[in-house]
Amino acid sequence: MEKPPNSQSDSHGEVLHDRINAAVDGRLPPAQRVELEAQLDQDPDARETLRVWKAQREALRALHRPLLEQAIPDTLLAAARRGDAGRRQVAQWQRWGGMAAAVMLAFGVGWLSRGQLSGGAPQRLASARPAPSFVHQASLAHAVFTPEQRHPVEVAAAQQDHLVQWLSKRLGRPLKVPVLAAEGYELVGGRLLPGDGGARAQFMFQNTAGVRLTLYLGAVDADSTAAPAPKPLSQAAQETAFRYSGDGPVPSFYWVDQGFGYALSGAVSRDELMKLAERVYQQR
Amino acid sequence: MTHFPLTDHIPSLRRYARALTGDAWMADDLVQDTLERACSRWRLWVAGSDLRAWLFTLMHNIFVNQVRRSLRQASPGGTVSVEEVENALAAPEAGTAQSLDLQRCLLRLPEDQRAVLLLVSLEDLSYEEVARITGVPVGTVMSRLSRARSRLRELMDGPAAAAAPAQLRRLK
Repeated sequence: MEKPPNSQSDSHGEVLHDRINAAVDGRLPPAQRVELEAQLDQDPDARETLRVWKAQREALRALHRPLLEQAIPDTLLAAARRGDAGRRQVAQWQRWGGMAAAVMLAFGVGWLSRGQLSGGAPQRLASARPAPSFVHQASLAHAVFTPEQRHPVEVAAAQQDHLVQWLSKRLGRPLKVPVLAAEGYELVGGRLLPGDGGARAQFMFQNTAGVRLTLYLGAVDADSTAAPAPKPLSQAAQETAFRYSGDGPVPSFYWVDQGFGYALSGAVSRDELMKLAERVYQQR
Repeated sequence: MTHFPLTDHIPSLRRYARALTGDAWMADDLVQDTLERACSRWRLWVAGSDLRAWLFTLMHNIFVNQVRRSLRQASPGGTVSVEEVENALAAPEAGTAQSLDLQRCLLRLPEDQRAVLLLVSLEDLSYEEVARITGVPVGTVMSRLSRARSRLRELMDGPAAAAAPAQLRRLK
């Protein structure tokens, strides 16, 4: 049995309202416009709804229209200009060609610092070397992978046990994923990357606003297993204080703890990043 | 380079924020937060995609978070301090009684309905774009739009919004 044309069942009412909405917003295809017109002839209430909603739309558009012409406050202009400057900078980084360039850069930077190490640089300097290239690679890796929507990580947080086992094996040391839930960040997952001192792990975190952090880690004194006669680690290489780096595409806090380097990177304020880095450090 | 693409979007962001919050200061704070977030998150903007839609998405998320935070902070029972309401009501925009009334009724709509209604009406965004910005299916956008329009009509037809609007809250 067919429904009577004036049925006020929910789905009928919804379809009618959707059509009236589309008509009000100028989004109704011509064929449906004719159909709606016929419907409205049968339904004076619906015609009144169309009239009121149209008037409402016009009133809303008029409501704060003068704001469109008003001078923009200086604070907002300044914020916009900072943003535009930031965007140009990012565009420059992205022009390097994403991952390939980042990996090449990472290798290049690593190669240079290696050359300086073997060239008989003073021990004090040498032990300070790994960190800057390390943090730079961390920042690059952050810039390359955090914009990824579909494949930000190789192994997702759902398989956290597997992720930790796998990366621990490849980095040759039992790893622990820090918990940053209290700070609003959940683990997205992780991936394995090449670094100048060997394998690197990157863990990615994200908060509900979509801000992503990465923790990049790996042995900074390099192949102590492969090198024929490993140099004794200086105290400085084994452990350093927190350091801040704003040189890369994103800021990082980095530190070395028992020969292992850590860099926490993210486009958040220095204070917030520092707090997060402390949380990571406490859970090592 | 002298072109500032973000700057071009400020007027429409301001207008939307003003209608959404009903308060000039809150609105400009919201715009400021949006621009700052855009600044720190340029990497997440896919070059060539719709910058305006992205900015409105950022603003929507910030607004939703502020509303959630203020809901958590609100005293149990949803009461609002008298001073705040007086403040909000006594902060008159230059405008006719009618536009004041419209803004007041608008603030009595639930936030999600208000956002959809304003994005569609002020920004001429398609229903699909509004769905992406607000992170809900198109069907939900359509039903929120219908409910917002029906409710706003009832509110405007009703006795002039004399009672203090219950939803009026400070966002910051």
